[in-house]
Amino acid sequence: MMNPVVVKGLTVAYQEKPVLKDINFEVPEGKLIGIIGPNGAGKSTLIKAILGLIPKAAGQIQIYNKPYRAKDRVVGYVPQRGSVDWDFPTNALDVVLMGRYGHVGWFKRPGKKDEAFALECLRKVGMADFADRQISQLSGGQQQRVFLARALAQEAKVYFMDEPFVGVDAATERAIIDLLNELKEQGKTVLVVHHDLQTVKEYFDHVLLLNVEAIASGPTESTFTMENLHQTYGGKLAFLEKGQMIAEQK
Amino acid sequence: MSYEAWIILIGSMAGITCGITGCFLILRKLSMLADAISHTVLLGIVLAFLISQSMNGIYMLIGAAVVGLLTVVFVQLLHSSGVQEDASIGVVFTFLFAIGVILITLYAGDVHLDVDHALMGEIAFVPWDTVQIGFLPELPKAFLMLSAVLLIVLVIIFLFYKELKITSFDPAMAAAIGIPVLFIHYLLMGMVSLTTVASFDSVGAILVVAMLIAPGASAYLLTDKMSVMLILSGVFGVAAAIIGYYAAMLFNVSISGSMAAVNGILFALVFFFSPTKGYLFKKFALKKVKYGSEQ
Repeated sequence: MMNPVVVKGLTVAYQEKPVLKDINFEVPEGKLIGIIGPNGAGKSTLIKAILGLIPKAAGQIQIYNKPYRAKDRVVGYVPQRGSVDWDFPTNALDVVLMGRYGHVGWFKRPGKKDEAFALECLRKVGMADFADRQISQLSGGQQQRVFLARALAQEAKVYFMDEPFVGVDAATERAIIDLLNELKEQGKTVLVVHHDLQTVKEYFDHVLLLNVEAIASGPTESTFTMENLHQTYGGKLAFLEKGQMIAEQK
Repeated sequence: MSYEAWIILIGSMAGITCGITGCFLILRKLSMLADAISHTVLLGIVLAFLISQSMNGIYMLIGAAVVGLLTVVFVQLLHSSGVQEDASIGVVFTFLFAIGVILITLYAGDVHLDVDHALMGEIAFVPWDTVQIGFLPELPKAFLMLSAVLLIVLVIIFLFYKELKITSFDPAMAAAIGIPVLFIHYLLMGMVSLTTVASFDSVGAILVVAMLIAPGASAYLLTDKMSVMLILSGVFGVAAAIIGYYAAMLFNVSISGSMAAVNGILFALVFFFSPTKGYLFKKFALKKVKYGSEQ
């Protein structure tokens, strides 16, 4: 079977300091993959480098056996919620419609079909009633759901999500997880930058443990181990103890 | 057409063109770039004059657009190599503007191209500065320039509406779905440069910033839709031109100064009295929350 994402020897550097060093990993199709690591490990950078949003110093990235090209439209992206200005004069439906822009083409506007599809995506994340709502009037969790709906509207095969669980309420977290599982059942591959070690085993089939270098990657069961966590989080004791607790619990 | 009608028409056209273009600067938090471009286009105008040896509007538009874009490119370069964005803007625009000033005093001293005029503009003289092109009757130059630029601005916004919108809201996502973010950025900055130079003659470099930013800032406080914001901004621009003209007549003051001042006053009114985002409304809503919950 063809692996949807293959990264070989990826290095990213700001000035002379490498932020990501010689990263090698592959992810299997139709799985939920957690990208785990401490602050400053380069998790967001990894996603951005894969999507070509920041330049890479070295390495190769293959999406379904081809170098990544935005116009192939196989990749959907959910940036961090804090990366945009939520006071922007637009409503929830409009933001979801942006997911269709890649399909619409130059000089054209999204049509009735796109609008109906965008509304359907909002419904899937339980936000259909908020379609006309100005985005600044949504709660953090609702904003995150709008971002997810926008990713759904992209109809991609591989999704990259940057910290979708940060600052959301329990109901939204549940809704997001249900959605991720639904995507998985449709054969989509989803890579999620994730912070909360406690939920890793519950949420993800695969993990990539990252701290500037790729420490380990593989099925959660065999990869999310105390030893690997120790290597990933290094001297950060508070984290380590927490990790130990989790590893013993499960 | 009467002298008065020409002034109001030209002022209104500058108001619409600046108002619409300025919205995107506000949405991208680049208002200060308007200030920078409005100054550096002076260099473009001087260079165009030195190279072409004429005061032809077309050469000036081209020169201004080129230098306006260069300003943005330099700012972008400095910023991406580690200089803070506001510092990059500050350094680049003062430097290019200074070269413009030096060139004027060196080579263009005896022509009608003085710094005062470029900075302050004078819409009062605009109706007499006419030209006759093709089958058209004799028309004010400023009117022709603004018509052309307004048309260009409207066509660009019409063609690239969704690209302008998504790159303003979420440039990372836009890049990820294959929209050429940098191209759209430079397209917009080209628009700002053209708009600035076309409005230059009427209002000058300093006041053009008021016309670029104030109408959009007012519109932003009144709506939750980008399309409505663009239209409202144009309306504010026109209103400021008309009210500004009559205020200038009434008090016998500079017309362009008066138009810019009215822009500021309109903004202040909206800032206080906007039904949803206004200062008073927010105060009132806060009070309601504070005391309402006790009952």
